[in-house]
Amino acid sequence: MSNNNIVNIEYNRVTNVTSTDFPSYSQENAFSTIWDTEKFKENLDIEIKSLEERDCNFDLKHVDTSIANAFRRIMISEVPSVAAEAVYVYNNTSVLQDEVLAHRIGLVPLQVDPEELTWCESTAEGDEGAESKYTDKNTIVLTLDIACTRNLNAPKGCTDPKILYHNSSVYSRDLKFQPEGNQAEIFANKPVVPCDDDILICKLRPGQEISLRVHCILGVGADHAKFSPVSTASYRLLPHINIMKPFGGESAIRLQKCFPEGVIGIDEEGKAFVKDARKDTVSREVLRHEEFKSSVKLGRIRDHFIFNVESTGAMTPEEIFFKSVRILKSKAEYLKNCPISQ
Amino acid sequence: MAVVGTKKSLNKNDEDHSFNELLKDEYKGKKLADPVNKLEDKWELLPAFLKVKGLVKQHLDSFNYFVDTDLKKIIDANQMILSDVDPEFYFKYLDIRVGSKSTSQGKDRTQTPHQCRLRDMSYNAPIYVDVEYTRGKKIIMHRDVEIGKMPIMLRSNKCILEGCDELEMAKLLECPLDPGGYFIVNGTEKVILVQEQLSKNRIIVEADEKKHIVQASVTSSTHERKSKTYVVTKNGKIYLKHNSISEEIPIVIALKAAGLVSDLEIMQLVCGNDSLYQEIFAINFEECSNHNITTQRQALEYIGAKVKTIRRQKLSIFQEGVEAIATTVIAHLTAIDMDFKEKALYLAIMARRVVMAIHDPKNVDDRDYVGNKRLELAGQLMSLLFEDLFKKFNGDFKNSIDKVLKKPNRATEYDALLSINVHSNNITSGLNRAISTGNWSLKRFKMERAGVTHVLSRLSYISALGMMTRISSQFEKSRKVSGPRALQPSQFGMLCTSDTPEGEACGLVKNLALMTHITTDDEEDPIKKVCYLLGVENISVLDSTALHLNFGVYVNGTLIGTTRFPAKFVSQFRKLRRQGKVSAFISIYVNQQQLAVHIATDGGRICRPLIIVENGKSKIAPNHLNLLKEGKFEFDDFLKLGLVEYLDCNEENDSLIALYEKDLANDITHLEIEPFTVLGAVAGLIPYPHHNQSPRNTYQCAMGKQAIGAIAYNQFRRIDTLLYLMIYPQQPMVKTKTIELIGYDKLPAGQNATVAVMSYSGYDIEDALVINKASIDRGFGRCETRKKTTCVLKKYPNHTQDILAGMRVDENNKPIWQHEPLGADGLGEVGMRVESGQIYINKSIPQVAEPTAMNANGINQAAPAAFKNTPVVYRAPEASYIDQVMMSVSDDEQSLIKVLLRQNRRPELGDKFSSRHGQKGVCGIIVNHEDMPFNDQGVSPDIIMNPHGFPSRMTVGKMIELVSGKAGILNGSLEYGTCFGGSKLEDMSKILVENGFNYSGKDQLYSGITGECLQAYIFFGPIYYQKLKHMVLDKMHARARGPRAVLTRQPTEGRSRDGGLRLGEMERDCVIAYGASQLLLERLMISSDAFEVDTCNKCGLMGYSGWCNTCKSSENIIKMTIPYAAKLLFQELIAMNIAPRLRLSDVFAK
Repeated sequence: MSNNNIVNIEYNRVTNVTSTDFPSYSQENAFSTIWDTEKFKENLDIEIKSLEERDCNFDLKHVDTSIANAFRRIMISEVPSVAAEAVYVYNNTSVLQDEVLAHRIGLVPLQVDPEELTWCESTAEGDEGAESKYTDKNTIVLTLDIACTRNLNAPKGCTDPKILYHNSSVYSRDLKFQPEGNQAEIFANKPVVPCDDDILICKLRPGQEISLRVHCILGVGADHAKFSPVSTASYRLLPHINIMKPFGGESAIRLQKCFPEGVIGIDEEGKAFVKDARKDTVSREVLRHEEFKSSVKLGRIRDHFIFNVESTGAMTPEEIFFKSVRILKSKAEYLKNCPISQ
Repeated sequence: MAVVGTKKSLNKNDEDHSFNELLKDEYKGKKLADPVNKLEDKWELLPAFLKVKGLVKQHLDSFNYFVDTDLKKIIDANQMILSDVDPEFYFKYLDIRVGSKSTSQGKDRTQTPHQCRLRDMSYNAPIYVDVEYTRGKKIIMHRDVEIGKMPIMLRSNKCILEGCDELEMAKLLECPLDPGGYFIVNGTEKVILVQEQLSKNRIIVEADEKKHIVQASVTSSTHERKSKTYVVTKNGKIYLKHNSISEEIPIVIALKAAGLVSDLEIMQLVCGNDSLYQEIFAINFEECSNHNITTQRQALEYIGAKVKTIRRQKLSIFQEGVEAIATTVIAHLTAIDMDFKEKALYLAIMARRVVMAIHDPKNVDDRDYVGNKRLELAGQLMSLLFEDLFKKFNGDFKNSIDKVLKKPNRATEYDALLSINVHSNNITSGLNRAISTGNWSLKRFKMERAGVTHVLSRLSYISALGMMTRISSQFEKSRKVSGPRALQPSQFGMLCTSDTPEGEACGLVKNLALMTHITTDDEEDPIKKVCYLLGVENISVLDSTALHLNFGVYVNGTLIGTTRFPAKFVSQFRKLRRQGKVSAFISIYVNQQQLAVHIATDGGRICRPLIIVENGKSKIAPNHLNLLKEGKFEFDDFLKLGLVEYLDCNEENDSLIALYEKDLANDITHLEIEPFTVLGAVAGLIPYPHHNQSPRNTYQCAMGKQAIGAIAYNQFRRIDTLLYLMIYPQQPMVKTKTIELIGYDKLPAGQNATVAVMSYSGYDIEDALVINKASIDRGFGRCETRKKTTCVLKKYPNHTQDILAGMRVDENNKPIWQHEPLGADGLGEVGMRVESGQIYINKSIPQVAEPTAMNANGINQAAPAAFKNTPVVYRAPEASYIDQVMMSVSDDEQSLIKVLLRQNRRPELGDKFSSRHGQKGVCGIIVNHEDMPFNDQGVSPDIIMNPHGFPSRMTVGKMIELVSGKAGILNGSLEYGTCFGGSKLEDMSKILVENGFNYSGKDQLYSGITGECLQAYIFFGPIYYQKLKHMVLDKMHARARGPRAVLTRQPTEGRSRDGGLRLGEMERDCVIAYGASQLLLERLMISSDAFEVDTCNKCGLMGYSGWCNTCKSSENIIKMTIPYAAKLLFQELIAMNIAPRLRLSDVFAK
């Protein structure tokens, strides 16, 4: 691995951060100037470290920073998802104001496959045309009808509102899907529900009730954070630790303590070695110690991205990533076909 | 090490503890090396103090004292009403009560404070008196006669909220965190600010070294009068000066008039045996002998001749002199039976103080010293006002009694009680008016004070709280003296060192510190008796030669005796006080310079509790604190047991107070409870204030009051003129003890924003902030404004009244656009959106409101219901929603409608934010989430702050807040940033390192735009940010065309009138200098008030329609454009008989 590929983590600055791994870039010492697609294909590597329903951790290696960052940016702001857009309040006697209630409902992530909906035209926002803008093709209707009543069977002296009253808390699960048109068939085996059913929307007390309809449409995170399919999508560079001088005995243990557990191992001879740099959080604690300052070099590998995609639940994280790739591709294609690009 | 020894021996005695445990390094959480008596938890006294005293206890105490004690004193002083006509008649007040009848238990009122706020009523309680009077020959007693209504201070002992727990408060729609201490008059909450004054009835010596003037003055204040007496030097001689005496009286003459005839006695009283003083004073005898005055009578006549009087019946010169000495000079001392000895002594002491100051100019008093100040509170001000009104009431009452009694023959015997109710409105309305306008005008003292009361600011919880602790000074704001504005060392612990406004009121408006108490008046006489019992020699039996040999004992500034052993006397007195035998708020201290022991019992002194230390040991032991924690002890128990005592400023100066327990030594007398109590409630919000540059803390004190947050638990029930609320307020990650004590964690005003301190985009210069759009989307900085509109449906004399006109519908039976928010009743419906131009109260007023001559007899002769539509139209750049509509009936039977409009706002460009360190900034740009930098965990900041904000501001506290906050997040705990304490930076750094972060709080970030690592480490973590009330939406303004003023036809001024933006004088100068004459013409005339006039070139005057009325011709008429203002000027000049003539010629001659 050439030194050129490492971002240097120094005590009070970061150097060698710029990446140059893209076409038509020429450097003075031009032995690696020509960007080779084949070589890129060969080098490109993805390694999935963990994959769960909501969480995905994978390594993307040997691509330029700009590409990795493009994926990250697209996942955050351009992968479409469904969220509540318009809330029609028929009755709301809760303490929360209509606007706040609507805002809270808007932020509830919904388990809807965005492929099933078409884009809703964002024409002029007139109250007259608003109703017609939403059709069964592009809109999902949810309703929330809930009223709080006293629990007559509550034990005496009880102060817990959950026992004292029915529906003292309104959760996201109380949002009910109302199929329009042929939506009942389309969503027959994948019901429209909030991704998490225990998101607290509002609290009620006896006599208070909420009755509203929600129109959910397709949107992108760039428009509003509620349309973002990820709670976070980001990457970090793989840490790289270079112990340039052997440390043994006490100082090895001290060195080990400068890093999170499992980063530095101590071999049979009592010498410290880098066990797993990936686990390092790059806290730069070593650089504070006079004895390690000059003999431990920290760095990060510039083209090794440890991606972490956390989905809100509407889509699986890998789906989100694939979509981001597709979007980037179509963007590139668009750019390629753009008449002015020539 | 000696301390360790005691611990060991202690535990050896205790067999229960296993010896092994002792050998451990730590024993029950305490290291062996720790001192045993560590009072770590002594701060727990503070919540205990606040539990008993509360934050506004000074207001409540003062008001309670007024209604319980002072009212009775006033009644006693004005007890009898006698008639000039019938000598047999008398009317006597026996007792007075507020709020409850003598028979009833407790308070029998139904009106609640919140009702009063909503219905624009006054929160008051009836004042009942018991009276005794004669009817004919009989003497009649009457109980519970109502003479008026008294505004009630919320949470005082007459308020129905007193002693309510949280649940009861909720039932009354009150917020349990609301401090009370204010009044509700006509629906508005009014605070009587604490007034700061120079102390009354005390001698203040001042010197003007340049002019060689030394003056001792005393402001006498009694219930009847206020006057000021001076003893001044003039050409090295000493004189008595008083406002009602036209000339200065040589001091020896004055003393002779007061009964000190012997020169020797005078010399002894003033100078004692000190030959230096005698030398200075000797010259004054000459002056007296020059006037040939040797007897008291001569002296009194001398004075009598110089008295300025406006008396009805003339008195002899001698009598005038007697009168002057007896009543006007040093009026707070009463002379009984021509015995002026007390006054003579007082004057002699004043003279002595002057002599002392002449001898050594350092012997002067400091006006700004907090010990020389008294605070006047709501109770005192109310008592002044009430007495004035009561006297007037009695005067009117007497007049009407006299009027009836004057009539020779009466059919029935006159019952005086019948006349009392006629005047009962005077007291009620007088009190109400004074509180609602803030004008305190008292005829007795010729006092005319404006701005005594203020509307309680409900901008935020803190602003309301800050207002309750505010102290305003009587001092003029315009004067340019630094003395009264400067921070006084004696302020320590009494007045907040940080909380003062900037600008003209700087240093004049102060705030109370957290743990202060303001005394109320205490009885003097028992204290005097105690003094005599403790061996003070009574002044009346004292030989004048011995006066200055011993220490004088002064009670409230008046010499009552002497003592040879001041230290012993003082310590005995203090012992009595600690035992609770005398009131805890009486202060006693020795003044070595003046050889005096001063005892103060008067009200308005600021004092604070301190832990008593004896023999170098704190009297509070850890077990006391344990009892406190278990709830078995209250603060008052500490007071009763003599563990804690109150010291006022003067006594504080006579004590040695240790700041920390480690400083305890043998000569230490007291121990501070907690050092952070030097700050007040508002400055207490700042984390790590001791690391900040001091003005920054002052700025934050001003800004904390503008922060939007939660106001009270009943905030959604309130209908205020304007209310700002935050949607998702959070308690700060870095708290202080003060925050917990005042309940700021329950009613916070701000949010914990993740801040990256870095430069970004260039839109962050000059303190502007970069805000993450996703954070805003998710609710960061969202707030709500609530605006009230009040509308009264008036009733008119001709039996008509204003009505609500319903709503108009179009052909489809849908309401027309303007009436969309309305319901069928013509009132806006709750929840409806109101856009600019729409109507939300559709009111109509009758066209004929005056009773016509024909139907003046009251019968409405089928007048056609002609109504004029006067709807309330909504005008604002953004739409609102109707939050509440209230219909009620006000005090005077008129229907009252209140509509509350609500607006939900998300932060936008130009909205103002601030951290808690006086670092304010506006939102400069809102950046998309993906463009924001992010760290290894994928966290991107909510706010990016420019690092240039730090070097010059030196707000190190903010940086520590960030580190502590970050550590708190990682640790899952709330950290403390309490002043002179709080979580230690070192510990916080350790937590960061343990969690894999850098010790400095700096993270490595990636650029959101390029995706590359940033080349610097970024200081990254949570800082509590406040959203301030200044929002762009309320301020934005632009105009192309619009309304013009009628008189000048120039565009109107100001945003509220859709005014133009003025090209002012200086801007004009620029344009002139640049030579852009056409631009100037366009700005100043064409776009403003261009007007075409017909001028006559012959006479030079203006005509009209092509005709000159002066020349009676249209021959020389020339049309020209001039500013309308110029035309107006010409016409006004003509009206003054000045003819401005326009002589026109071509600029470019042909």
